[in-house]
Amino acid sequence: MKEENNIENLLEVRNLQVEFATRQGHMHAVRGVNFSLKKGEILGLVGESGCGKSVTANSLLGLVGKKKHEKVTGEAWFHGENILDKPEKEQQKLRGNKIAMIFQDPMTSLNPVLKVGRQVGEVLEIHQKKKKQDALEEAIIQLQKVGIPSAKERAEDYPFQFSGGMRQRAIIASSLMCQPEILIADEPTTALDVTIQAQILDLLRELRDTYKVAILLITHDLGVVAELCDTVAVMYAGEIVEKASAGELFSHPLHPYTKGLMACVPVLGRKEKLIPIPGQPPKLYEEKAGCQFADRCPKRRPECSRDTSLLEIAPGHYVSCKEVGRIG
Amino acid sequence: MLRYILKRLVSIIPVLLGISVVVFFAVRLIPGDYATVTLGTQYTEEAAAALRQRYGLDQSIITQYFIWLKGILTGDFGFSYISNQPVALLLFSRVPVTLELTLFSLLMAVLVGIPMGYWAACKRNRMPDSAVTVLGLLGISIPGFWLGTMLVLLFSLTLKWFPSGGFVPLSEGILANLRCMFLPALALGVAVSAVVMRSSRSAMIEVVDQEYMKMGKAKGLSQTRLILKHGVKNTMIQVLTILGLQTGSLLGGSVVIEQIFSLPGVGSLALQAINNRDYLVLQGTVLFIAVMFVLINLIVDLLYCVVNPQIRY
Repeated sequence: MKEENNIENLLEVRNLQVEFATRQGHMHAVRGVNFSLKKGEILGLVGESGCGKSVTANSLLGLVGKKKHEKVTGEAWFHGENILDKPEKEQQKLRGNKIAMIFQDPMTSLNPVLKVGRQVGEVLEIHQKKKKQDALEEAIIQLQKVGIPSAKERAEDYPFQFSGGMRQRAIIASSLMCQPEILIADEPTTALDVTIQAQILDLLRELRDTYKVAILLITHDLGVVAELCDTVAVMYAGEIVEKASAGELFSHPLHPYTKGLMACVPVLGRKEKLIPIPGQPPKLYEEKAGCQFADRCPKRRPECSRDTSLLEIAPGHYVSCKEVGRIG
Repeated sequence: MLRYILKRLVSIIPVLLGISVVVFFAVRLIPGDYATVTLGTQYTEEAAAALRQRYGLDQSIITQYFIWLKGILTGDFGFSYISNQPVALLLFSRVPVTLELTLFSLLMAVLVGIPMGYWAACKRNRMPDSAVTVLGLLGISIPGFWLGTMLVLLFSLTLKWFPSGGFVPLSEGILANLRCMFLPALALGVAVSAVVMRSSRSAMIEVVDQEYMKMGKAKGLSQTRLILKHGVKNTMIQVLTILGLQTGSLLGGSVVIEQIFSLPGVGSLALQAINNRDYLVLQGTVLFIAVMFVLINLIVDLLYCVVNPQIRY
């Protein structure tokens, strides 16, 4: 499955697999994920809780796969190097430097006993060996850029003196300090209320426009995807089941799971009943051949238990469902 | 801040009053009073009455309490029945020994207990963690008197590296002083280190699972730097609390260890006073220990604001 072999791709992930040995048994959390990220592109990785989207992100940075019970295989090419194969020391040099990451909950992502300015400037101390004072000064400038008023004073504050939205801004500021080429945002707005969400999304878009940073946005919120993403990959049970540009995906969703997801989103003013997807996602402890969604799928056919590779239905629109492929 | 300290100091007064009452009456519950113990086989009613009258023990117990309390408030802790020395003087001649023992045991806890606890937490559920956990359990379970005796047997009697007991004040040479403090400090330090190790391990285990530690890792911090820069300060509340409690009890003097190594500390003073029914000395000593406890607690509470910016008084 080599549907994309573009040299322009900043990051190219091929056949990423993540497995965990747990007490309940062997768990195959990510099952051969492929995607690529271009400079300045915002790619949304969508799916419900437990579909493997966060694990995918964490494994790219080497945050998963270091312990005995974790196993990451596959390739992630970045500037001609497979970053999954690099030793921990080399990965450390990438983290927060070339590839930065921000997390879901700004309330707990900042160290409660260190001043915000220190925490924002810290990456410069690590990656550029800057002095504390210089790092702090640059941190203040960056805090200003992400919209923290009177940044100089606020840099001396502790996280508990910041509101949730301000904390997420501070975290974003810290992720930008080394001018990363890729920003992985793991549900960056989930813990925030709606007005603050919109502000943070605006900020992310601005960053892309100004710095041409590529963003891998992980979310379960289709509204956020529609708002921000250029390309969308829909994940289900550890696999990508559909991938297309955001416009294409929202106007012509093909995979029954994608359609199901969209039917679950309430639309203001419309009185129709929401249609939930019946059943539960499969337990990732079991290995099942063929389409993982088949058990819940209204269009299930006998051949669904075979191959699930992505097919290009329309230019740039890939889907794993053979039923749809056949009709299309 | 200053207001808080004053408030705390004022609130100590009722605590100490309560302790003074308990101490005073508990001491007199020991069977056989000063006169009977001192006279021993030469006991006669007349001699006992004369002795009691001499030290004011013939007055009603309530009167005796208030006389003592009045003395304390004017800074007079009374005299020892045995040596006729002022209690305050006796106490202050003993405090340096106990203080030194406390400092050395604490030093061991801080230098050995805390790093080992952190190390175990970072290697959780692996060999080092199991080893440290077993060591901690041993350290807590081994009684001080047994460990003290074994140390004397090995290092004093067999190897002859250290004296088996006795005390050389600092003024008579630092080396001689350290030599005689080493074994008792070790015997006491093992238990303290074990307690501190366990609490720093559990504190660090809690911290390494926090989201900000993952964030630190995603920023590119190495494991060591992550633990030192982000982890340690967050465990300090728990570790300080335990250190404070341990310091409080150490300052009270370790009766057993001081006895084994014949160290003239606060603990052995209290034991002598109990044996001789030297009431005023015993009362003064226990009150001193109580004051130490309360003050250490206050200091720990104040240190909380240094390690956690969210705590402000």
